[in-house]
Amino acid sequence: MMELVCPAGTPAALRAAVEAGAHAIYCGFADETNARNFPGLNFSREELADGIAFAHRHGAKVLVAINTFPAAGRQAVWHRAVADAEAAGADAVILADLGLVAHVAEAHPGLRRHLSVQAAAANPDVINFYAENFGVRRVVLPRVLTVAEITAINREIDVETEVFVFGGLCVMAEGRCSLSSYATGLSPNMNGVCSPPSHVVYAEEGETLAARLGGFTIQKAAKGAPAPYPTLCKGCFSSGGVTGHVFEDPASLDASELIPALAKAGVTALKIEGRQRSRAYVREVVRSFRAAVEAVDAGRPLPVGQLARLSEGQAATTGAYAKTWR
Amino acid sequence: MELTVGPNPFFWDAASWRDFYSRLADEAPVERVVLGELVCSKRLPFYQAEIPVAVERLRAAGKAVALTSLALVTLKRERNLTAELVDAGVEVEVNDLTALAHVPPGAAFSVGPLVNVYNEGTLGWLAGRGAARVCLPPELPPGSVEVLAKVGVPVEVWGWGRLPLAISARCYHARLHDRAKDNCQFVCDRDPDGRAVDTLDGQRFLAVNGVQTLSAACASAAHSVERLREAGVAGLRLQPQSEGFVEICKLFRALLEGRIGPAEVDAKARPLAPGGRFCDGFLTGAPGVAWSG
Repeated sequence: MMELVCPAGTPAALRAAVEAGAHAIYCGFADETNARNFPGLNFSREELADGIAFAHRHGAKVLVAINTFPAAGRQAVWHRAVADAEAAGADAVILADLGLVAHVAEAHPGLRRHLSVQAAAANPDVINFYAENFGVRRVVLPRVLTVAEITAINREIDVETEVFVFGGLCVMAEGRCSLSSYATGLSPNMNGVCSPPSHVVYAEEGETLAARLGGFTIQKAAKGAPAPYPTLCKGCFSSGGVTGHVFEDPASLDASELIPALAKAGVTALKIEGRQRSRAYVREVVRSFRAAVEAVDAGRPLPVGQLARLSEGQAATTGAYAKTWR
Repeated sequence: MELTVGPNPFFWDAASWRDFYSRLADEAPVERVVLGELVCSKRLPFYQAEIPVAVERLRAAGKAVALTSLALVTLKRERNLTAELVDAGVEVEVNDLTALAHVPPGAAFSVGPLVNVYNEGTLGWLAGRGAARVCLPPELPPGSVEVLAKVGVPVEVWGWGRLPLAISARCYHARLHDRAKDNCQFVCDRDPDGRAVDTLDGQRFLAVNGVQTLSAACASAAHSVERLREAGVAGLRLQPQSEGFVEICKLFRALLEGRIGPAEVDAKARPLAPGGRFCDGFLTGAPGVAWSG
C-alpha cells in the first residue's frame, strides 16, 4: 500500500492523524527551523518525544521537518534541531539545505534523510546527486512535475519518491521563491513563513474590502463577501490591460483522482499539506485518503466526492500533474 | 571589487543578442560575463549558434567567461543540455544543482544566485567540491552576507537589475495570453525587460518573464558598495537589460573606483532602470522592495 504522510501542527493533530490511519506523520519544532513557523503551531522537544512514542505505539512513523535554510552564523540552531529529533526517536528528518544535508550525513549517519520539497530536486540527475553524496533515501518531489515525468524519474533513481496530493499549492518551485521577502521581509526559506499574517491589513474602501500584504493590494472583494487571504501568488493583479489571477487562481491541490496513476508511476508515499490546519480537518482528510489508498491497493475504484468541501475556496486543481497547467 | 555581468534572463532575437554581447566585449568595463540561457530551454535554438562566437569575442577582449545552466531542469532535453554544458570548455555557472551533478570532481565551476547558498555549511561544501566563485541569493540579509564573505570563497552580491524572485513550471507570459506553455508562440519576446504586473491599486509590484517572476523595481547596490567592500565582498553582479546597459556598467565602474558617488549613479541610472524605480531592501535588511536612496 502507498504510504500516507500526514501533517501535524500540534500534538492533538498528531494523535488525530495516527488514529485516522496515517502511516506517517510529519511535524516540526516550534521555531524557524521548519517551513510552517506559525504562532501557536509546532512541537516542543518534550511534545515531539511524546508524539513519537504515541505514533510508534500505533505503528506509525514520525518524520521531522527541519526544512528551512540555516542562517549564516547561526547554523547551530538547525544542527541542534537535528540532534534533538534523532534523540526523540524520529524515523527520518526532512531537509532542504545542502549544507545541512551534508552535516547530517556526516554527524548523524544512522538518521534517515528525506529531501524536502523545498530543495526543489526536479529530475533524476539531481536526485541521484543527493543520494550518492549524502545517502538521501527519499525525495519529496517539487510541485512542478507531470505524472509522466514522475514515472520517468522513478525509472532512473533508486530512492523513494513522495508527492503532494492535497492541500495548499505552491505555484512557484518551492524553496526558490523570494516573493514574500520582497514584499514583507519574511520568507519561506529563511523564516518558515510566506505572506505572513503580521503583514496583512484589510481596509474598507467604500463598498470594497481590500486585502494588503506589506502595503501591496493583493485581493479585493465586495464588502460582506468572504475576503480571500492575500497569499502573494494567488493574488489578483493587472498586467497590460489584463486583470486577474496572473499566477494562479485561489485553488488548492486535490490529486486524489490521480492516486492510481501515481501508484503506477512508482510513487512510494502520498503527502497531505496542512500543518496549520485543525485537528478535525486533519482527521477527516486522513480518513478519506486512507480509504482511497486502501481501495487502490485492493484494486477497487476510488471513493469519490468527500474531499471537495475541505478544499480552500471550494475550488480544486490537480496542479502541475496535468501538463496543461503549465 | 569586480563587476560580473550575469546571464541575460530575457528573450531577445538573435541579432539583438549578438549586438548586446559585441558591445559588451568592446565597451563594457567588466571583468566577467556569464551568458547562455537561464530561464527557458525553448528559447535557446533561436540564438544558440551565437553563443560560441560571443564567448570568443569576450575572451579576446580579456574578460573571463562562464556559461550558465538553466534555473529549472525537468525535461529530458533540458537534462541533456545541462550535461553537455560541461563539455563546452567554458566554466559552468551552476544555477540549479542538476548542473553540479555533471561537473567532474576537481573541475572548477561557479555558483549563481539561483542556488540556495544561505550559510557557511553550504558555501563550505560547495567550495570543497570546487566552487571558485559564488553569487549569493539576492534575498540574503546583510548579516549573512558579512559571514559568507569571510569564508574564503570569492562571493558576489546582486548589484543591478530587476530581482529574480521566483521560477515556476508554469509560463506566466503564455498564461497572460491564454496559452499553455507548450503553445506559447514565444510571446515573452514582446517584453525585452519583462512584463509589468501591477496591483489592483496600480502599484508597480512585479514583472513576469516567461516562467520567471522578477521585481518591478530595479535593484541597485549603489548605496551599499562601501559596506559590501568592507565586508569582503568580491564583486557585484549586473543583470543585462535591452537599453543602456554599457552605460550602467560604466557608472558602476566609476562608483567602484571612487570617481562618482551613489547619488550620481542614481541620477544617471534612473532613466535607464527597467521599471523606472530602484530598490535595495535586501541589502539593508528591509523588505526587498524598500529603497534607501
